[in-house]
Amino acid sequence: MAEMTVELVAVERRLWSGKANFVVAQTTEGEIGILPGHQPMFGQLVEGGVVSITTTDGEHVGAAVHGGFLSVTADAVRVLAESAELGEEIDVEQARQQLSSAEDETERAKAQARLRAAGQKA
Amino acid sequence: MGAQLRELRARVKATKSIGKITKAMELIATSRIAKAQARVEAARPYSSEITTALSELATAATTLDNPLLTERENPRRAAVLVVTSDKGLCGGYNANVLRTTEELLALLREQGKEPVLFVIGAKGVNYYRFRNREIAASWTGFSDQPQYVHAREAGETMVKLFLAGADDVGDSGGADGIVGVDELHIVYTEFRSMLTQTPQAKRIAPLEVEYVEEGEATSAPQLRSVYDFEPDADTLLDALLPKYINTRIYAALLESAASELAARRTAMKAASDNANELVQTLTREMNQARQAQITQEISEIVGGADALAAAGSDE
Repeated sequence: MAEMTVELVAVERRLWSGKANFVVAQTTEGEIGILPGHQPMFGQLVEGGVVSITTTDGEHVGAAVHGGFLSVTADAVRVLAESAELGEEIDVEQARQQLSSAEDETERAKAQARLRAAGQKA
Repeated sequence: MGAQLRELRARVKATKSIGKITKAMELIATSRIAKAQARVEAARPYSSEITTALSELATAATTLDNPLLTERENPRRAAVLVVTSDKGLCGGYNANVLRTTEELLALLREQGKEPVLFVIGAKGVNYYRFRNREIAASWTGFSDQPQYVHAREAGETMVKLFLAGADDVGDSGGADGIVGVDELHIVYTEFRSMLTQTPQAKRIAPLEVEYVEEGEATSAPQLRSVYDFEPDADTLLDALLPKYINTRIYAALLESAASELAARRTAMKAASDNANELVQTLTREMNQARQAQITQEISEIVGGADALAAAGSDE
Protein backbone atom coordinates (compact mmCIF):
# COMPACT_ATOMS: atom_id res chain seq x y z
CA MET A 1 0.00 0.00 0.00
CA ALA A 2 1.21 3.47 -0.80
CA GLU A 3 2.59 5.43 2.06
CA MET A 4 4.01 8.87 2.72
CA THR A 5 6.36 10.43 5.20
CA VAL A 6 4.68 12.68 7.70
CA GLU A 7 6.49 15.19 9.86
CA LEU A 8 4.76 17.15 12.57
CA VAL A 9 7.12 19.94 13.55
CA ALA A 10 6.52 22.60 16.20
CA VAL A 11 8.80 25.57 16.68
CA GLU A 12 10.44 24.19 19.77
CA ARG A 13 10.75 20.56 18.75
CA ARG A 14 9.79 17.83 16.31
CA LEU A 15 6.62 16.26 17.68
CA TRP A 16 6.16 13.26 15.48
CA SER A 17 7.53 11.78 12.30
CA GLY A 18 6.89 8.53 10.55
CA LYS A 19 5.08 6.75 7.75
CA ALA A 20 1.37 7.23 7.28
CA ASN A 21 -1.51 6.42 4.93
CA PHE A 22 -3.83 9.27 5.64
CA VAL A 23 -3.67 12.77 7.12
CA VAL A 24 -6.53 15.11 7.93
CA ALA A 25 -6.01 18.80 8.67
CA GLN A 26 -7.98 22.03 8.71
CA THR A 27 -6.70 24.83 6.51
CA THR A 28 -8.17 28.31 6.37
CA GLU A 29 -10.02 27.18 3.22
CA GLY A 30 -11.59 24.14 4.85
CA GLU A 31 -10.87 20.60 5.99
CA ILE A 32 -8.54 18.58 3.83
CA GLY A 33 -7.76 14.87 3.72
CA ILE A 34 -4.48 13.82 2.19
CA LEU A 35 -3.67 10.41 0.75
CA PRO A 36 -0.28 9.37 -0.62
CA GLY A 37 0.34 10.83 -4.06
CA HIS A 38 -1.63 13.99 -3.38
CA GLN A 39 -0.95 16.96 -5.59
CA PRO A 40 1.75 19.16 -4.06
CA MET A 41 0.14 21.92 -2.07
CA PHE A 42 0.81 24.49 0.57
CA GLY A 43 -1.80 25.68 3.01
CA GLN A 44 -2.29 27.78 6.08
CA LEU A 45 -3.76 26.00 9.10
CA VAL A 46 -6.48 27.46 11.29
CA GLU A 47 -5.96 28.43 14.94
CA GLY A 48 -7.20 25.63 17.14
CA GLY A 49 -7.27 22.90 14.55
CA VAL A 50 -6.72 19.17 14.83
CA VAL A 51 -4.35 17.19 12.64
CA SER A 52 -4.98 13.49 12.66
CA ILE A 53 -2.65 10.97 11.14
CA THR A 54 -3.37 7.32 10.38
CA THR A 55 -0.06 5.51 10.42
CA THR A 56 0.86 2.53 8.24
CA ASP A 57 0.41 0.31 11.31
CA GLY A 58 -3.19 1.44 11.47
CA GLU A 59 -2.58 3.48 14.57
CA HIS A 60 -4.11 6.87 15.03
CA VAL A 61 -2.12 9.97 16.04
CA GLY A 62 -3.99 13.14 16.89
CA ALA A 63 -2.51 16.53 17.63
CA ALA A 64 -3.90 19.93 18.51
CA VAL A 65 -2.24 22.44 16.22
CA HIS A 66 -2.55 26.17 16.83
CA GLY A 67 -1.72 28.09 13.69
CA GLY A 68 0.88 27.12 11.19
CA PHE A 69 1.35 25.73 7.74
CA LEU A 70 0.86 22.51 5.85
CA SER A 71 3.14 21.51 3.04
CA VAL A 72 2.36 18.49 0.88
CA THR A 73 4.60 16.92 -1.74
CA ALA A 74 3.99 13.65 -3.60
CA ASP A 75 5.53 11.49 -0.91
CA ALA A 76 5.67 13.71 2.16
CA VAL A 77 3.45 15.82 4.37
CA ARG A 78 4.92 18.42 6.67
CA VAL A 79 2.95 20.22 9.32
CA LEU A 80 4.70 23.35 10.60
CA ALA A 81 2.96 24.51 13.74
CA GLU A 82 3.52 27.58 15.85
CA SER A 83 2.58 25.48 18.83
CA ALA A 84 1.26 21.96 18.87
CA GLU A 85 0.53 19.14 21.30
CA LEU A 86 0.20 15.46 20.70
CA GLY A 87 -3.13 14.01 21.74
CA GLU A 88 -1.58 11.59 24.22
CA GLU A 89 0.31 14.43 25.94
CA ILE A 90 -2.75 16.56 26.52
CA ASP A 91 -4.02 16.89 30.06
CA VAL A 92 -7.74 16.35 29.53
CA GLU A 93 -8.79 17.79 32.89
CA GLN A 94 -6.79 20.91 32.32
CA ALA A 95 -8.17 21.28 28.78
CA ARG A 96 -11.73 21.01 30.11
CA GLN A 97 -10.99 23.70 32.63
CA GLN A 98 -9.51 25.85 29.89
CA LEU A 99 -12.68 25.35 27.87
CA SER A 100 -14.97 26.39 30.69
CA SER A 101 -12.88 29.42 31.62
CA ALA A 102 -12.19 30.49 28.03
CA GLU A 103 -13.08 34.12 27.53
CA ASP A 104 -12.87 34.65 23.81
CA GLU A 105 -13.51 32.61 20.70
CA THR A 106 -9.87 31.73 19.94
CA GLU A 107 -9.30 30.46 23.48
CA ARG A 108 -12.39 28.30 23.22
CA ALA A 109 -11.37 26.97 19.81
CA LYS A 110 -7.95 26.08 21.17
CA ALA A 111 -9.40 24.25 24.16
CA GLN A 112 -11.86 22.38 21.95
CA ALA A 113 -9.07 21.39 19.58
CA ARG A 114 -7.04 20.06 22.50
CA LEU A 115 -9.96 17.96 23.70
CA ARG A 116 -10.70 16.61 20.24
CA ALA A 117 -7.04 15.77 19.69
CA ALA A 118 -7.07 13.85 22.96
CA GLY A 119 -9.99 11.82 21.68
CA GLN A 120 -12.56 13.44 23.96
CA LYS A 121 -15.83 15.07 23.10
CA ALA A 122 -15.70 18.83 23.22
CA MET B 1 52.87 37.28 64.54
CA GLY B 2 49.73 35.79 66.06
CA ALA B 3 47.62 38.52 64.44
CA GLN B 4 49.04 37.77 60.99
CA LEU B 5 48.26 34.08 61.40
CA ARG B 6 44.67 34.80 62.32
CA GLU B 7 44.27 37.12 59.35
CA LEU B 8 45.63 34.54 56.94
CA ARG B 9 43.30 31.92 58.34
CA ALA B 10 40.30 34.19 57.74
CA ARG B 11 41.40 34.84 54.15
CA VAL B 12 41.85 31.14 53.41
CA LYS B 13 38.36 30.48 54.74
CA ALA B 14 36.82 33.27 52.65
CA THR B 15 38.63 32.18 49.49
CA LYS B 16 37.52 28.60 50.02
CA SER B 17 33.87 29.57 50.30
CA ILE B 18 34.10 31.76 47.17
CA GLY B 19 35.69 28.81 45.39
CA LYS B 20 32.78 26.60 46.46
CA ILE B 21 30.27 29.06 45.00
CA THR B 22 32.09 29.45 41.70
CA LYS B 23 32.55 25.69 41.42
CA ALA B 24 28.83 25.19 41.96
CA MET B 25 28.02 27.79 39.32
CA GLU B 26 30.42 26.10 36.93
CA LEU B 27 28.70 22.76 37.42
CA ILE B 28 25.24 24.26 36.99
CA ALA B 29 26.30 26.00 33.77
CA THR B 30 27.87 22.79 32.48
CA SER B 31 24.71 20.78 33.04
CA ARG B 32 22.56 23.47 31.42
CA ILE B 33 24.69 23.83 28.29
CA ALA B 34 23.78 20.33 27.17
CA LYS B 35 20.10 21.21 27.56
CA ALA B 36 20.52 24.52 25.74
CA GLN B 37 22.31 22.79 22.88
CA ALA B 38 19.59 20.17 22.70
CA ARG B 39 17.04 22.96 22.37
CA VAL B 40 19.03 24.54 19.54
CA GLU B 41 18.97 21.13 17.84
CA ALA B 42 15.26 20.62 18.54
CA ALA B 43 14.38 23.94 16.91
CA ARG B 44 16.34 23.13 13.76
CA PRO B 45 13.73 21.00 11.91
CA TYR B 46 11.16 23.79 12.04
CA SER B 47 13.53 26.47 10.88
CA SER B 48 14.83 24.39 7.97
CA GLU B 49 11.27 23.44 6.96
CA ILE B 50 10.05 27.01 7.10
CA THR B 51 13.05 28.14 5.04
CA THR B 52 12.26 25.53 2.38
CA ALA B 53 8.60 26.54 2.39
CA LEU B 54 9.55 30.19 2.08
CA SER B 55 11.81 29.69 -0.91
CA GLU B 56 9.09 27.60 -2.59
CA LEU B 57 6.59 30.36 -1.96
CA ALA B 58 8.93 33.09 -3.07
CA THR B 59 9.40 31.37 -6.44
CA ALA B 60 5.66 30.80 -6.80
CA ALA B 61 4.36 34.18 -5.68
CA THR B 62 3.41 36.49 -8.51
CA THR B 63 4.77 39.61 -6.89
CA LEU B 64 7.58 39.94 -4.44
CA ASP B 65 6.60 43.39 -3.26
CA ASN B 66 5.88 42.32 0.29
CA PRO B 67 7.20 45.13 2.52
CA LEU B 68 9.33 42.64 4.43
CA LEU B 69 11.21 41.79 1.24
CA THR B 70 11.53 45.22 -0.30
CA GLU B 71 14.51 47.42 0.27
CA ARG B 72 13.36 50.93 1.25
CA GLU B 73 14.65 53.69 -0.96
CA ASN B 74 15.71 56.09 1.72
CA PRO B 75 16.15 54.27 5.04
CA ARG B 76 16.20 56.74 7.91
CA ARG B 77 15.66 54.67 11.03
CA ALA B 78 16.92 51.20 11.89
CA ALA B 79 15.79 49.05 14.81
CA VAL B 80 18.48 47.04 16.57
CA LEU B 81 17.61 44.12 18.84
CA VAL B 82 20.40 43.37 21.30
CA VAL B 83 20.44 39.99 23.04
CA THR B 84 22.28 40.08 26.38
CA SER B 85 22.03 38.01 29.55
CA ASP B 86 20.04 38.71 32.70
CA LYS B 87 22.82 37.81 35.10
CA GLY B 88 26.50 38.61 35.11
CA LEU B 89 29.40 36.33 36.08
CA CYS B 90 29.81 35.18 32.51
CA GLY B 91 33.12 36.74 31.55
CA GLY B 92 33.19 38.94 28.50
CA TYR B 93 29.84 37.68 27.13
CA ASN B 94 27.84 40.88 27.59
CA ALA B 95 30.80 43.18 26.95
CA ASN B 96 31.37 41.49 23.59
CA VAL B 97 27.74 41.76 22.51
CA LEU B 98 27.56 45.39 23.57
CA ARG B 99 30.80 46.23 21.77
CA THR B 100 29.51 44.68 18.55
CA THR B 101 26.29 46.63 19.03
CA GLU B 102 28.20 49.90 19.43
CA GLU B 103 30.06 49.15 16.21
CA LEU B 104 26.79 48.48 14.39
CA LEU B 105 25.22 51.64 15.80
CA ALA B 106 28.21 53.70 14.67
CA LEU B 107 27.97 52.15 11.20
CA LEU B 108 24.25 52.87 10.98
CA ARG B 109 24.78 56.48 12.03
CA GLU B 110 27.49 56.81 9.41
CA GLN B 111 24.98 55.67 6.80
CA GLY B 112 22.62 58.35 8.00
CA LYS B 113 20.22 55.98 9.78
CA GLU B 114 19.02 56.72 13.24
CA PRO B 115 19.23 53.57 15.41
CA VAL B 116 16.32 52.54 17.64
CA LEU B 117 17.26 50.18 20.46
CA PHE B 118 15.40 47.06 21.55
CA VAL B 119 17.04 45.13 24.37
CA ILE B 120 16.66 41.60 25.69
CA GLY B 121 18.33 40.82 29.03
CA ALA B 122 18.81 42.88 32.19
CA LYS B 123 22.50 43.49 31.61
CA GLY B 124 21.89 45.28 28.33
CA VAL B 125 19.05 47.30 29.84
CA ASN B 126 21.32 48.44 32.68
CA TYR B 127 24.11 49.31 30.28
CA TYR B 128 21.96 51.66 28.21
CA ARG B 129 20.00 53.05 31.12
CA PHE B 130 23.23 53.98 32.92
CA ARG B 131 24.32 55.88 29.81
CA ASN B 132 20.94 57.59 29.54
CA ARG B 133 20.30 56.11 26.11
CA GLU B 134 16.77 55.66 24.96
CA ILE B 135 15.44 52.08 24.79
CA ALA B 136 12.34 51.61 22.65
CA ALA B 137 11.37 48.35 24.38
CA SER B 138 13.02 45.71 26.51
CA TRP B 139 12.29 42.17 27.64
CA THR B 140 13.98 40.48 30.57
CA GLY B 141 13.83 37.36 32.70
CA PHE B 142 14.38 34.55 30.20
CA SER B 143 17.90 34.94 28.85
CA ASP B 144 19.10 31.46 29.82
CA GLN B 145 15.87 29.63 28.96
CA PRO B 146 14.11 31.46 26.14
CA GLN B 147 10.73 30.20 24.92
CA TYR B 148 9.19 30.76 21.51
CA VAL B 149 6.58 33.10 23.01
CA HIS B 150 9.38 35.48 24.02
CA ALA B 151 10.77 35.54 20.51
CA ARG B 152 7.28 36.02 19.12
CA GLU B 153 6.62 38.98 21.39
CA ALA B 154 9.83 40.73 20.37
CA GLY B 155 9.34 39.75 16.73
CA GLU B 156 5.77 41.00 16.54
CA THR B 157 6.66 44.32 18.17
CA MET B 158 9.49 44.91 15.74
CA VAL B 159 7.65 43.77 12.61
CA LYS B 160 4.73 46.03 13.51
CA LEU B 161 7.10 48.97 13.80
CA PHE B 162 8.79 47.99 10.57
CA LEU B 163 5.49 47.85 8.68
CA ALA B 164 4.49 51.19 10.20
CA GLY B 165 7.67 52.64 8.75
CA ALA B 166 6.64 51.88 5.16
CA ASP B 167 4.73 55.10 4.67
CA ASP B 168 6.93 57.43 6.70
CA VAL B 169 7.67 60.75 5.07
CA GLY B 170 10.85 62.29 6.42
CA ASP B 171 10.62 62.45 10.20
CA SER B 172 6.85 62.39 10.39
CA GLY B 173 4.85 59.21 10.83
CA GLY B 174 3.14 59.30 7.43
CA ALA B 175 -0.43 58.18 6.94
CA ASP B 176 -0.70 56.00 10.07
CA GLY B 177 0.91 58.62 12.32
CA ILE B 178 3.41 56.12 13.77
CA VAL B 179 7.07 56.76 13.23
CA GLY B 180 8.29 53.34 12.19
CA VAL B 181 11.64 51.93 11.18
CA ASP B 182 13.05 50.96 7.80
CA GLU B 183 15.39 48.17 8.82
CA LEU B 184 15.58 45.51 11.51
CA HIS B 185 18.87 44.24 12.86
CA ILE B 186 19.73 41.73 15.55
CA VAL B 187 22.91 41.38 17.59
CA TYR B 188 23.35 38.03 19.31
CA THR B 189 26.12 35.61 20.24
CA GLU B 190 26.77 32.67 18.01
CA PHE B 191 27.66 29.43 19.76
CA ARG B 192 30.69 28.05 17.93
CA SER B 193 31.99 25.66 20.58
CA MET B 194 32.29 25.37 24.34
CA LEU B 195 35.28 27.70 24.17
CA THR B 196 34.38 30.07 21.35
CA GLN B 197 31.32 32.26 21.16
CA THR B 198 31.29 35.11 18.71
CA PRO B 199 28.93 38.07 18.68
CA GLN B 200 27.08 38.49 15.39
CA ALA B 201 25.20 41.43 13.92
CA LYS B 202 22.65 40.49 11.26
CA ARG B 203 19.95 42.24 9.34
CA ILE B 204 16.60 40.45 9.58
CA ALA B 205 14.47 42.84 7.53
CA PRO B 206 14.22 43.56 4.68
CA LEU B 207 14.79 39.84 4.42
CA GLU B 208 17.40 37.96 2.56
CA VAL B 209 16.15 34.40 2.57
CA GLU B 210 18.84 31.91 3.53
CA TYR B 211 18.67 29.12 1.03
CA VAL B 212 19.01 25.50 2.07
CA GLU B 213 22.63 24.43 2.06
CA GLU B 214 24.09 22.60 -0.93
CA GLY B 215 24.58 19.30 0.85
CA GLU B 216 20.92 19.08 1.81
CA ALA B 217 19.72 20.35 -1.53
CA THR B 218 21.25 17.45 -3.47
CA SER B 219 19.23 14.90 -1.53
CA ALA B 220 15.99 16.72 -2.36
CA PRO B 221 14.28 15.90 -5.65
CA GLN B 222 15.73 17.98 -8.45
CA LEU B 223 12.38 18.62 -10.05
CA ARG B 224 10.62 21.61 -8.61
CA SER B 225 7.17 20.59 -7.51
CA VAL B 226 4.27 22.62 -8.77
CA TYR B 227 2.41 23.63 -5.67
CA ASP B 228 -1.22 24.27 -5.17
CA PHE B 229 -1.75 27.10 -2.71
CA GLU B 230 -4.55 27.47 -0.22
CA PRO B 231 -5.14 30.44 0.05
CA ASP B 232 -3.12 32.00 -2.80
CA ALA B 233 0.65 32.33 -2.67
CA ASP B 234 0.73 36.05 -1.93
CA THR B 235 -1.56 35.77 1.09
CA LEU B 236 0.48 32.84 2.33
CA LEU B 237 3.71 34.76 1.92
CA ASP B 238 2.26 37.63 3.95
CA ALA B 239 1.37 35.18 6.73
CA LEU B 240 4.62 33.25 6.57
CA LEU B 241 7.16 36.08 6.54
CA PRO B 242 6.49 37.43 10.06
CA LYS B 243 6.63 33.84 11.35
CA TYR B 244 9.93 33.40 9.58
CA ILE B 245 11.31 36.47 11.32
CA ASN B 246 10.09 35.15 14.67
CA THR B 247 11.87 31.89 13.94
CA ARG B 248 15.08 33.74 13.17
CA ILE B 249 14.82 35.66 16.44
CA TYR B 250 14.03 32.47 18.35
CA ALA B 251 17.09 30.76 16.87
CA ALA B 252 19.21 33.75 17.87
CA LEU B 253 17.83 33.61 21.42
CA LEU B 254 18.62 29.92 21.72
CA GLU B 255 22.15 30.38 20.39
CA SER B 256 22.67 33.26 22.80
CA ALA B 257 21.42 31.20 25.73
CA ALA B 258 23.86 28.41 24.91
CA SER B 259 26.65 30.96 24.49
CA GLU B 260 25.82 32.64 27.77
CA LEU B 261 26.03 29.35 29.64
CA ALA B 262 29.27 28.39 27.91
CA ALA B 263 30.77 31.79 28.71
CA ARG B 264 29.64 31.44 32.30
CA ARG B 265 31.15 27.99 32.55
CA THR B 266 34.50 29.23 31.25
CA ALA B 267 34.48 32.25 33.54
CA MET B 268 33.51 30.22 36.59
CA LYS B 269 36.09 27.55 35.83
CA ALA B 270 38.78 30.22 35.71
CA ALA B 271 37.47 31.69 38.97
CA SER B 272 37.47 28.29 40.72
CA ASP B 273 40.99 27.58 39.49
CA ASN B 274 42.17 30.95 40.74
CA ALA B 275 40.49 30.39 44.09
CA ASN B 276 42.22 27.03 44.47
CA GLU B 277 45.57 28.53 43.60
CA LEU B 278 45.05 31.37 46.05
CA VAL B 279 44.09 28.93 48.80
CA GLN B 280 47.29 27.02 48.16
CA THR B 281 49.47 30.13 48.31
CA LEU B 282 47.73 31.44 51.39
CA THR B 283 47.99 28.07 53.14
CA ARG B 284 51.73 28.02 52.49
CA GLU B 285 52.07 31.53 53.83
CA MET B 286 49.99 30.56 56.82
CA ASN B 287 52.17 27.51 57.55
CA GLN B 288 55.25 29.63 57.21
CA ALA B 289 53.88 32.15 59.67
CA ARG B 290 52.97 29.40 62.12
CA GLN B 291 56.39 27.81 61.80
CA ALA B 292 58.04 31.21 62.30
CA GLN B 293 55.96 31.73 65.42
CA ILE B 294 56.94 28.32 66.84
CA THR B 295 60.62 28.93 66.04
CA GLN B 296 60.45 32.27 67.75
CA GLU B 297 58.76 30.82 70.83
CA ILE B 298 61.37 28.05 71.08
CA SER B 299 64.24 30.48 70.72
CA GLU B 300 62.63 32.68 73.35
CA ILE B 301 62.34 29.76 75.77
CA VAL B 302 65.88 28.56 75.06
CA GLY B 303 67.16 32.10 75.37
CA GLY B 304 65.28 32.52 78.64
CA ALA B 305 66.59 29.25 80.03
CA ASP B 306 70.13 30.14 79.01
CA ALA B 307 69.82 33.49 80.67
CA LEU B 308 68.50 31.84 83.87
CA ALA B 309 71.30 29.25 83.80
CA ALA B 310 73.87 31.99 83.31
CA ALA B 311 72.40 33.98 86.17
CA GLY B 312 72.40 30.80 88.39
CA SER B 313 76.08 29.97 87.69
CA ASP B 314 77.08 33.47 88.65
CA GLU B 315 75.92 33.07 92.23
